[in-house]
Amino acid sequence: MNCDELLRALNEYVDDETVLALCREFAEHLAGCQPCQIVVDNIRQTIQLYRAGELHPMPPEFQERFRRALRERWKAKFPNSEV
Amino acid sequence: MTDTPRAVDSSVDDQPATGDQRQRWLIEKARTGDFTAFEMLVQELEPRVYRLAWRMLRQSHDAEDVTQQTFLSVIEHLEQYRGEATVAAWVLRIAANHALKLLRRRRGMMVTSWESGRGGDNEIASSLPHPEVIAPWRETPADLAERTEIRRLIDEALIELDEKYRLVFLLRDVEGLSVRETAELLGLSEANVKVRLLRARLQLRERLTRVLGDESRRAIPEHSHPPPPAEGNKV
Ligand SMILES: [Zn+2]
Repeated sequence: MNCDELLRALNEYVDDETVLALCREFAEHLAGCQPCQIVVDNIRQTIQLYRAGELHPMPPEFQERFRRALRERWKAKFPNSEV
Repeated sequence: MTDTPRAVDSSVDDQPATGDQRQRWLIEKARTGDFTAFEMLVQELEPRVYRLAWRMLRQSHDAEDVTQQTFLSVIEHLEQYRGEATVAAWVLRIAANHALKLLRRRRGMMVTSWESGRGGDNEIASSLPHPEVIAPWRETPADLAERTEIRRLIDEALIELDEKYRLVFLLRDVEGLSVRETAELLGLSEANVKVRLLRARLQLRERLTRVLGDESRRAIPEHSHPPPPAEGNKV
C-alpha cells in the first residue's frame, strides 16, 4: 500500500480502529509513514473539534414559544396527563 | 471482581445516571404520559438538535423551526422508538429529516445538490485532492473548541464546504449516524456517502491544518518529492 491508497481507504478507517488493525497493509504503511500518520491524526482531530464545537445558544424568546408548543401537543396526545 | 472503587450512585431511585441508558428510561416514562420526563429529554437533546439544524441551515429562524418540529414529531412518534439506535441518534435523524425537507423546499423543485444522479462521485480514485499542509496541530481539539476565533474558523470551513459534502460530514462524523442511516436520509448509496465523507474530511483537514498546524513540525509528503531528474551526479 502506498500513500495514495491509504488516503483512499480513509473513508473507512478513521473512526474504526478495529477495522484498521485488521487491515495489515494499511497498518504497515501507517506505521512506517509519518506524513500519513499526521494526516490520519489531523482528520481525527478535525472530527473531534466539530463534535466539541460550541452548541449555538437558543434565543430565549424561542425557548418560550417552543415549550408552549410542546405542552399543547402533549395535552392533545395525553389528555389526562398533568402538564 | 474489580478493585477499582465504584462511584456511589447518588440518585435514589431507579434512574440510570448517564447517557443513552438514561434517555431510554426517559422515553419509557414519557410514553406513559409523564411530561416531566419528556421535558428532561428535550433539555438534554435540544442543544444538539439545534446545533445540527443550525449547521445544516445556517439560519437561526429555520433552526428554531426544525428544533420545534423535531420534538413535536418525537411526541407523535414516541411509541415508534424501537431501541435499535440510541435515543439521540433517533432524535437527530428526525431532526435531519425536517432540516432536509426545509432545504428541499428552499430550492423549490430543483434537483438538490446533495442528491445523486449526476455521477461524478465515482472518479474518486483519480481526483482526490492531495493533502498539502501536513503538520500536527499545536493544540488539542478540546482546548481549541473553547476559543471564539476557532469557533468562527470551524463554522467558516463548514460553510466553504459544498453542501453535499457538508451534510454527509455533519450527519455521519459529527452526529454519529451510521453510514447506512446517512445514506437513507440523503437518498444516496452507502458507497456514495463514503466517498463524500472522505472528500469532506480531507477538505476540512486541509483548511483547519493551515491555521492550526505546527509549521515547525511540518512533514513533507513523498509524492511531492519526485526523484530529481538525472542531471549529472549530484550527491
Ligand atoms: Zn504514507
